[in-house]
Amino acid sequence: MQAFTLILVLAVLTVVGFRMGRGRAVAVVGGETRKLHSLPSYHGMYVALWCAVPSFVLFGLWMLFESSIATQLTLANLPPQALQGPDGQPLSEARIGLLLNDIRNTATGNIAGSSDAIVQQAAQYYNGIRATGDWLLTAAALSLAVLGAGFGWKRVSADLRARNDVEMAVKIFMIVCSTIAVFTTIGIILSLLFESLRFFSRVSPVEFLFGTHWSPQISIRADQVGSSGGFGAIPLFAGTMLISFIAMMVAVPIGLLSAIYMAEYAPRKVRSVVKPLLEILAGIPTVVYGFFAALTVAPFFRDSGQLFGLSISSESAIAAGIVMGIMIIPFVSSLSDDVITAVPNAMREGSYGLGATKSETIKRVILPAALPGVVGGILLAVSRAIGETMIVVMAAGLAANLTANPFEAVTTVTVQIVTLLVGDQEFDSPKTLAAFALGLVLFVVTLVLNVIALHVVRKYREQYE
Amino acid sequence: MNSQATAAQVQTEAPAPQGTAGTPLVGPGEQAKVSARNANVYYGDKHAIKDVGLDIKQNEVTAFIGPSGCGKSTFLRCLNRMNDTIDIARVTGLITLDGEDIYAKRVDPVQLRARVGMVFQKPNPFPKSIFENIAYGPRIHGIARHKDELEEIVMTSLERAGLLGEVKDRLDQPGTGLSGGQQQRLCIARAIAVHPEVILMDEPCSALDPIATAKIEELIDELRQNYTIVIVTHSMQQAARVSQRTAFFHLGNLVECGDTEQIFTNPQHRLTQGYITGRFG
Amino acid sequence: MAPNTPNAYDPAAAVAAEGRTVNRNIAEIVNSGLAARYRAERRFKVYGVVAIGVALAMLATLFVTIFAQGWTAFTTTVIELPVTVEREMVANAQGEVTTDSLAYANFAVPMRKALEAQFPDVTGRSDKRDLYAILSDGATYRLQNMIRENPELVGREILLEAPVAADFDLLAKGQVDTSVPETERRLNDNQVAWFQTLQERDLVDSQFNTILFTNGDSRQPELAGIWGAVVGSFYTLLVTLALSFPIGVAAAVYLEEFAPKNKWTDLIEVNINNLAAVPSIVFGLLGLAVFLQVFGLPRSAPLVGGLVLTLMTLPTIIIASRAALKSVPPSIREAALGVGASKLQMITHHVLPLAMPGMLTGTIIGMAQALGETAPLLMIGMVAFVVDIPGGPMDPATVLPVQIFLWADSPERAFVARTSAAIMVLLAFLVVMNALAVILRKKFERRW
Repeated sequence: MQAFTLILVLAVLTVVGFRMGRGRAVAVVGGETRKLHSLPSYHGMYVALWCAVPSFVLFGLWMLFESSIATQLTLANLPPQALQGPDGQPLSEARIGLLLNDIRNTATGNIAGSSDAIVQQAAQYYNGIRATGDWLLTAAALSLAVLGAGFGWKRVSADLRARNDVEMAVKIFMIVCSTIAVFTTIGIILSLLFESLRFFSRVSPVEFLFGTHWSPQISIRADQVGSSGGFGAIPLFAGTMLISFIAMMVAVPIGLLSAIYMAEYAPRKVRSVVKPLLEILAGIPTVVYGFFAALTVAPFFRDSGQLFGLSISSESAIAAGIVMGIMIIPFVSSLSDDVITAVPNAMREGSYGLGATKSETIKRVILPAALPGVVGGILLAVSRAIGETMIVVMAAGLAANLTANPFEAVTTVTVQIVTLLVGDQEFDSPKTLAAFALGLVLFVVTLVLNVIALHVVRKYREQYE
Repeated sequence: MNSQATAAQVQTEAPAPQGTAGTPLVGPGEQAKVSARNANVYYGDKHAIKDVGLDIKQNEVTAFIGPSGCGKSTFLRCLNRMNDTIDIARVTGLITLDGEDIYAKRVDPVQLRARVGMVFQKPNPFPKSIFENIAYGPRIHGIARHKDELEEIVMTSLERAGLLGEVKDRLDQPGTGLSGGQQQRLCIARAIAVHPEVILMDEPCSALDPIATAKIEELIDELRQNYTIVIVTHSMQQAARVSQRTAFFHLGNLVECGDTEQIFTNPQHRLTQGYITGRFG
Repeated sequence: MAPNTPNAYDPAAAVAAEGRTVNRNIAEIVNSGLAARYRAERRFKVYGVVAIGVALAMLATLFVTIFAQGWTAFTTTVIELPVTVEREMVANAQGEVTTDSLAYANFAVPMRKALEAQFPDVTGRSDKRDLYAILSDGATYRLQNMIRENPELVGREILLEAPVAADFDLLAKGQVDTSVPETERRLNDNQVAWFQTLQERDLVDSQFNTILFTNGDSRQPELAGIWGAVVGSFYTLLVTLALSFPIGVAAAVYLEEFAPKNKWTDLIEVNINNLAAVPSIVFGLLGLAVFLQVFGLPRSAPLVGGLVLTLMTLPTIIIASRAALKSVPPSIREAALGVGASKLQMITHHVLPLAMPGMLTGTIIGMAQALGETAPLLMIGMVAFVVDIPGGPMDPATVLPVQIFLWADSPERAFVARTSAAIMVLLAFLVVMNALAVILRKKFERRW
């Protein structure tokens, strides 16, 4: 709550700064505001910016780094014996993590806190640091705000180009905002790449990309069963492709045919009803599809398989694939609808003028003309199918089978990322790092698909503009 | 939408049609290839064509002229029912081809358009090869029985359109790669390939340069021997050069029609006179 | 033209005659193929109708199954049980009933006594345990709360509306097949018989399930609610909205109004378009690696969830906002600049107000996406089992879709209906948000 109070105080100071700046601007010219370069309110904003920006920047940085600094200090302050195991060896990183967790829990007064004396002491120290830190922050932020406002207030004069300076500040803010997309991409690439490199220093990239054995369990003791820990991702890639393929087999014909019907045949009234209905499919959260796949579609396939004497796994690829296909239908249909309506009417007229029927025109003129655009749309849909997570997490299996049989259970890249990372994991084991390597593969593949698709679609649009 | 009049009635009524433009182009005893009586077109609430009556004779070029927006293109599109593709368009009255009501229920627009071909204002080759562009019509109608016959049709059509010499080495190249004039002749060849009886041309030269235009005009004159041609043009010189008959439209009305020579030298109507002499348009 | 003389040879007429025979043949050929071509036409049209039919049928199936399962979770079964809390059960050593003594009292005992009073002939430890299983732990909490609020009730007979355990709730709703062998179901014959006796005595009643809407998560289905997840979603979306709207609008204004056309802005644009298509789980990995590992922000916090969803929704908002800005005609800009406004004044005074409805529509759609998003939040630990209602964006919390995921994974059958009910609530929120966007668009739709 202290942070909240601080924000409030800073906000009040900013408002005060605004009024003071405006007041001073009016005062320095003796009320004749026409002598000012900028309107008084710009002077107010000028002072307010000087007051708010430095202090809020400080506050934000503090919030980001506070807990890690406090943790490091606590760690440094621990008695050396606390960092050693009973055998005198230094603790592993994982153990230190556990210890820190203990200290933090004790510090916040959770029931799960430890009664160990060292931990108690460390917790007190930790709390002390945080309390001091909070006071330091409050003092620093407030003085920065007052100093900034004072500086700005001092500079207010008739000649001050307050408007230009304020506008420059706004423009800088906008530029920073517009670069966030770039920094997000850089952040994604760096974090995936960095963790993946750590993974590849332990597991060779060749084994990862071409190995056919996936069992990411790392044993604690060397003699344990299954201690090998296989990281061959081929079964995951194959499973992803199988499920995406099934999804596309559902989505492409249904999506494309309904787009054709909507664009070329449907009366306006039908179109205005059916189009939004199809869009609903796109608005349903994926977790809902996952639930539908796991509780309705998968049992349906299992039971109907039993009727015909087929053994269909209750986590079959086909259930997940079909439901994913349903999810992608509106995606395919709206993109296809766009490219089909973009085909110039002259093409249609030319064909009708020769006596072609509507379906002949569509099949022989419009679809070939729209093909690049449709292919681009399908590529985008494939990239979405590959990256889809919740449906497969809920309806596809965990077993890394290398199979092309849609009635068996397969697993996918996204499923493995989720299973490897959900739950309390130590961050350093190859097991968790493998998730980042999978994430990197996923990112690269979808990125390439998207770039190609966007390029194809853009070229297509240019052709008819 | 369909007129109640039967073809037989047209035969008896034909000599003395009434209305704003009742003058038949065809003398008694001569058979009109296409004729219209009391034709009206509505786009939604807009009355685009008002009571037009007109005869078009076999193996002649008939030109429709008039200021833009006068309805000449609209009327042209009635003659092969291209207006059917526009939802809000509505056609009333009687339009016949060889004495047969083309808006009658049993007449099939697909079949009709095979008989009445069309060339559009902007060249619109399909995004396919030159060969495929021309083969398209014969293919969909099943005109060629085997590949050789199809090739023959394509070659003949290209030849008749005067394009064969220019493109015979690159029949597998996309039709969209040709120049504007070549594209338009390709579209004409495409129309010819279906062996239509009538070819409708909607300002076929408006997007072309003068040299390409001259070539097309020459072509139109040659095609007249085998086909009945109706051409809409905004250029009076063109109408004078290529057509035997001319019809002048104004604000949806057919003002005057007759021999081209007579229309251009001795127009009967004040409006025609004004348009010909360039007072408006 | 001169009239034809029948006997003279006229080459043009000959060609025309030849043309006519060819034409007649063509007409015949065309005619002969027509029937087949129209059949193909009809077939093709049927494909389209079938495709749309299949898609809509899937949509209908999805809704029907979810609604059919979900509506039962909106009611819950209670037993109107006469309970007497004896004074000695809750009094302290001095025989007084105080707040302290109530806090330490075991209210399960009077509940059990009340049940035994209904079935005096049930003896034996295991039978009794089976009997006690009828009531949910929630019944004890409810009794406890009643007595704490009103200690006067001690020693009197109260008619308590005691919630039953989830399995009996299913039994009351007719979702338990009692014809299967006893060993294969969760309730034994005795329990079924007792419950039927209670029903015959008219003690069993059905109520609106307020627990579902007021509680946090719980391992016991009859005590589990979505309120914790709703509050978690609220804080997460609050953070997302507070960050993504201003940032998105500022970025759109810069790119649309100020940015020079150069490599750098091209790069930004390509980036935005690509980010819009990056799988959401990758954003989760980013959040895990950057926000949790580098910055050390707390796991499971709506703040982190909001940050991750901000990065995800930004492309949507920026693209929509730019479209809205583009639709403002240049004449308005020129008019503003013409009277001497600075570029920023022109934008804030004239362009932004006109583009605002479009921007808000885009933002709402982005928020609706964020509300339904699950995968990235799993990565940053919002999948934890959180019983408490979060009190702020730094508290551990879960969100509605993740709650659905957690419940869908639970083995208890009673969670199926609750999952469906939670889905219905989630869909209701989404419908409201999208309707808002549509209304906004319709209301401010402007044709220049």
